[in-house]
Amino acid sequence: MGLKEKLHNIKEKGKGKKWAPAFGALHTFLYTPNDTTHSGGHVRAADDLKRTMTIVVLALIPCLIFGMFNTGYQHFQAFGEPVDFLSWDAFWIGFLKLLPLIIVSYVVGLGIEVLFAIIKGHEVEEGYFVTGMLVPLIVPVDIPLWMLAVAVVFGVVIGKEVFGGTGMNILNPALVIRAFLFFAYPTWMSGDKVWVTGAAERANQIIEGANLDAVSGETILGSLAQGTDLGYSVSDMFFGFIPGSVGETSTFLILLAGLFLIFTKVGSWRIMLSSVIGAIVMGLIFNSVVDFGWIQEGTKFYTLMNTPYWHHLLLGGFAFGIVFMATDPVTASQTTKGKWIYGFLIGFFSIMIRVFNPAYPEGVMLAILLMNVFAPTIDHYVVQGNVKRRLKRLKVKTA
Amino acid sequence: MGLLSKKDAKLIKDPLADNNPITIQVLGICSALAITAELKASIVMSIAVLFVLGVGNVVISLLRNIIPPKIRIIVQLIVVAALVIIVDLVLKAFAYELSKTLSVFVGLIITNCIIMGRFEAFALANGPWRSFLDGIGNSLGYAVILIIVGFFRELLGSGTLLGFRVLGDPIEKTGVYAFGYENNGFMLLAPMALITVGIIIWVQRYKNTDLIEEH
Repeated sequence: MGLKEKLHNIKEKGKGKKWAPAFGALHTFLYTPNDTTHSGGHVRAADDLKRTMTIVVLALIPCLIFGMFNTGYQHFQAFGEPVDFLSWDAFWIGFLKLLPLIIVSYVVGLGIEVLFAIIKGHEVEEGYFVTGMLVPLIVPVDIPLWMLAVAVVFGVVIGKEVFGGTGMNILNPALVIRAFLFFAYPTWMSGDKVWVTGAAERANQIIEGANLDAVSGETILGSLAQGTDLGYSVSDMFFGFIPGSVGETSTFLILLAGLFLIFTKVGSWRIMLSSVIGAIVMGLIFNSVVDFGWIQEGTKFYTLMNTPYWHHLLLGGFAFGIVFMATDPVTASQTTKGKWIYGFLIGFFSIMIRVFNPAYPEGVMLAILLMNVFAPTIDHYVVQGNVKRRLKRLKVKTA
Repeated sequence: MGLLSKKDAKLIKDPLADNNPITIQVLGICSALAITAELKASIVMSIAVLFVLGVGNVVISLLRNIIPPKIRIIVQLIVVAALVIIVDLVLKAFAYELSKTLSVFVGLIITNCIIMGRFEAFALANGPWRSFLDGIGNSLGYAVILIIVGFFRELLGSGTLLGFRVLGDPIEKTGVYAFGYENNGFMLLAPMALITVGIIIWVQRYKNTDLIEEH
């Protein structure tokens, strides 16, 4: 008897039992179920939820690998012993740092999914598959594991399960997790010590009296908010050799992933494009405020406003956010026109929050969460507008 | 029943759980969000509401036959306002620091929907003794939720209870802080109070499915 058959027998035995959903999830994860309906005609589509999720995770893999290299690279850079970017040393440090994050994210998140599936008695949903991969990529690498676990519990329960599980959530769970961490443990989520692995530890050693040089690795956005320009080159920003959350630094790889998602029709190109347009419009507005001389050098928002509008597209988590999170099909607008409005406003607000609220340099997270809330409203008015237009047409005809 | 008849006891028991003013009637949410970052403030607020609602219900009940219906809201407001001013002055005299923490929210007891709601719904139609019990019951129901929320917010947000460091010292790194635990700053922000109230509502309806509203 083959393994496949054995698993099937176990499944048959477990029908109606408490653990059946948990086993079913494992089973369908390993094998495509061979249970089919027997009557009537059916359309078979290959692009089911599992396939969609797998494609997004595939698109995330390059960012993850790059993140591992970059984690090590930034570490050695900051500690004054530079190594080659593509070196085994750099990769190994990043790998050891990231693996626990990934494991915690998946174990805790899937644990909760299974728990809820058992309580509610339905099949386990694949919804956490992508979220679990996104989470390690959008946090600072040195985040303590228990904090991540607490945040994942919060994000999955409050962000998703209370609304009825995958497909019913109004907020992107990965961003709920990040927002929770951001507001709950701000010292671990911002500042100049968290982005380079080992920097916080080194700071503690210095406090305790060790004779060492302080290490800092501020993000570009963080330092711009302070009014200083770190002077990274544009190619460093584009290819991602900069400090930041794990997977967000390389705009180049994110761009490739975005094209891949567009090509496979998993991500909406309308949302990505309109977000970029929105960000450019807001960036240009700020640039022209500077050009017109309405804001003086040395004042509060000058440095950020003076940043060329296209730099904003390369900085921080903007690219990562709009490619992987704004396009989340559950929480985004559903209508075509709605997607344009939704995306545009995400880009627009991201840059606005970034510039006007230096305490929250990562505007894209808050902008997407905000627009998640408004997405149903946008859809409602788009649909109503369509109804009104067609009614008018009907009246003209009958009149 | 010795002290209270069954009907009277129900006046106290009902608002504690199955007809709770906050989780079932969804009244008084504003103050539940605003002042529950500390357990002490929650308790003092509960006592203040207990006093205002208990006495106010009796006063309105005594006056119920002579208040002209057209101006009853104004009369009710005057009664609440008078009682709230008493509370405010007492707090300022005997617990100045605390009255600063509660700041404007003592004054805002006037606008607490629970109070006007009980005046309108109960005190205007019932005798003083029953109105008194109803006032006590409802403010206790309010207090239960406030204290639960305040307990969790202070414990997880500041690591203290009533000002005592029950989890150890975060700066000296004693107690749980020695293991790398940190206070959750989000608990001190108002959104987390809303989520905590939401979780209480969730748990309560999960235990007693009769409470789930029809759509």
